[in-house]
Amino acid sequence: MAMKRIGVFICHCGRNIAGTVDVKRVAEEIGKREDVAFSTTYVFMCSQPGQKLIEDSIKKYNLDGVVVANCSPTLHEKTMRNAAARAGLNPYRVEIANIREWAAWPHEDNPEAATRKAIRIINATIEKLKANASLEPIEVPVTRRVLVIGGGVAGMQAALDIADSGIETILVEKEPSIGGNMFRLSETFPTLDCPQCILTPKMNDVGGHPNIKLYTYSEVEDVEGFMGNFKVKIKKKATYVDWDKCTGCGECLRVCPAHVDSEFDLKMAKRTSIYIANEQAVPLKALIDENSCIRLQFEKKVKEGKIKPKKNVKICSKCADVCEPNAIHFQNNEEIVEEEVGSIIVATGYEVMPAEAFPELGGKYPDVITALQFERLLAPSGPTAGIPRRPSDGKIPKSIAFVHCVGSRDPQNGVPYCSRICCMYTIKQAMLVKHALHDAAVYDFYIDIRSNGKGYEEFYHRAKEEYGVNFIRGKVSKVYKVGDKYRVQGVDTLTGRIVEVDVDMVVLATAAKGSSTVKELAKKLRIPYDEWGWLKETHLKLKPLETPVGGVFIAGAAQFIKDITDSVSQGSGAAAKAMALLSKPQLEKEPLLAKVDPEICAGCGRCKDQCAYDAITIDPIRHVSVVNEALCEGCGACSANCPTTAIQVVNFKKGQVVRAVDVLAEVF
Amino acid sequence: MTEKKFDPVIVGFFCNWCTSAAADLAGTSRLHYPASIRPIRVMCSSTVDPVYLVRALQEGADATILGGCHPGDCHYITGNYKARRRVAIVKTVLKSLGFDDTRVLLEWISGSEGPKFARVMNEYTDYIKKRGPSDFKYLDSLGGEKVD
Repeated sequence: MAMKRIGVFICHCGRNIAGTVDVKRVAEEIGKREDVAFSTTYVFMCSQPGQKLIEDSIKKYNLDGVVVANCSPTLHEKTMRNAAARAGLNPYRVEIANIREWAAWPHEDNPEAATRKAIRIINATIEKLKANASLEPIEVPVTRRVLVIGGGVAGMQAALDIADSGIETILVEKEPSIGGNMFRLSETFPTLDCPQCILTPKMNDVGGHPNIKLYTYSEVEDVEGFMGNFKVKIKKKATYVDWDKCTGCGECLRVCPAHVDSEFDLKMAKRTSIYIANEQAVPLKALIDENSCIRLQFEKKVKEGKIKPKKNVKICSKCADVCEPNAIHFQNNEEIVEEEVGSIIVATGYEVMPAEAFPELGGKYPDVITALQFERLLAPSGPTAGIPRRPSDGKIPKSIAFVHCVGSRDPQNGVPYCSRICCMYTIKQAMLVKHALHDAAVYDFYIDIRSNGKGYEEFYHRAKEEYGVNFIRGKVSKVYKVGDKYRVQGVDTLTGRIVEVDVDMVVLATAAKGSSTVKELAKKLRIPYDEWGWLKETHLKLKPLETPVGGVFIAGAAQFIKDITDSVSQGSGAAAKAMALLSKPQLEKEPLLAKVDPEICAGCGRCKDQCAYDAITIDPIRHVSVVNEALCEGCGACSANCPTTAIQVVNFKKGQVVRAVDVLAEVF
Repeated sequence: MTEKKFDPVIVGFFCNWCTSAAADLAGTSRLHYPASIRPIRVMCSSTVDPVYLVRALQEGADATILGGCHPGDCHYITGNYKARRRVAIVKTVLKSLGFDDTRVLLEWISGSEGPKFARVMNEYTDYIKKRGPSDFKYLDSLGGEKVD
């Protein structure tokens, strides 16, 4: 039955709407409709008195439907539906007409047009609302487990918080050890703590927590399902070592003859083909890199028929020979495991642009490196034991230049945004150089110093005043080799003079980007991301941890580059979100889903072909389509393909949309 | 009196997750575009039945625009690909019947592309203004009401 007693509530939104749209005229125009029993305006419909006005009017005028003309439904649809429910009206009999973002604001230069457009949007919304059905939320059971993707500091914090609350947590990390980028750092600003001291307890907590199931050297292969009930396939990559037996003693590392660049040390050191991620890895297990292992490469070539092995040939098995627990088996032990979880937290972190991307700044030279690589040279646990040495010849540098904003704030060569952390870590690195090499000259080329955190500005002043770092305000245009040294050419914008310094090493604070593999993951999770690889939150200000996919949250630098403090806070925040979701035994799901009218369904299966969620099956006996409500997401792809209008999305029925379209398409 | 300036009517079907959000962002950013754009929010571009587009043209619209998420970014996994096919079919049918198929436009506008939203709305309105009123709306000889 079409509604006959509709109430229309038009919000002024202070002057946001009323400043452009003639709200009084809108209320009068709409009030003329026969199916509208009451129409009014109020200054802030979302305020307590505004909601009270709606509640009281529903009772007073016995309204059977409500249109609230205010801001975007993403902001206050829920508020208004709750208000209606309190007054005894089914919340699905409430619709929002967005006259702020869609009329008042874009047409603030033309109040007459904005007013007419507002009236039209409200009229179309009323036409749509009139055939809305009363609905009850659908209850779905929930799996009380959480998947955390990414074992950096944000992911670890999230996993620990959830596990501490008694909920089982699965932590997936693509590298062989947890710890993330933070574990690569030398010391952290502004406290100068070393991550090896402050992060290892957390890593061990994660590794030994009874409620945390840790999958390192693993990746998420596939995600199915929906909020409260995700099915996740996790690929455990081949390690060729039995981790149940491996004790992490490291004997195998000493005998392995194959050497390649270390991922953990970011090419600043070599590692063997069988390796342990780092000395403090969690889990402390050895694994073989199949691309560099002499034996595995040999076996691969034999398998492909490229080599014919001679009889009795001895293939390298040095690691296995020294392995006392017999853990090394050279068997491809890649495995897919399936886990069921109710919520997912994505904390995949960041990457920095490589120095090679900036040839004009000398990125092609071995002694011009990124700041993250320089962290390894400053780290006491790093390849140079904390005394920086030139990668080219191992000499201790007498002078170092730091360059800020390499690729950041530079849309032509990199990214348009500020990478947030570079100013502070560059200041820190300059200080640490002075700690390690007391007489070294340090030049710091910056555009602005952005030190906006607790204790950050004080830290900057310490570097300037106590450490004697030469801060030069200006951009570097060129770095080139002059003999054994590198000439850094820039301008000092405070004095207006060209500056040229010859240094032994150059450290580039290159721009941060989202993890390179995150786009693939985001597609599997169906969450949005931007062109720089940052995951997109639901609302930048108010919902920074949520994604449009229910039950999937983001934390840490995966959302945007941020420092450790913020990453940890977000990890805890996302954990709280996931725990809140799983605190109820049942989840409520929006009932705006596809529904089949079996009287007219011919069972042709065209809807089934359209469904991306496999939510539709054909009943073999009745020969009609059947929708699985737990799987249906309500997109409506099926309804557009149905030749008989048998399958439609509830409250988005064809008749409703067509009537709304008729109003919108009217010439006057 | 001079002849009234042609103000086109353009019905916009905007998917809930991307283009509606872009329209919100365009509004929040106070980007201006003509009020000739008459929007309706749909859950997904794939739910837009070709009938909706034709109906809008028949009832008086000079053009229709369907906005969805970028390929690969659909909130419902593959909805925008389905929409792309449907629009292609509508365009083919319109063209083969002798109507102007540029009066149906499909655009991918993501939730962060407020400026793109405003630009597309401005450019398309200008384009339709140049094309003039649609003759499709006069095609109601089947006994329907006259629309103007």
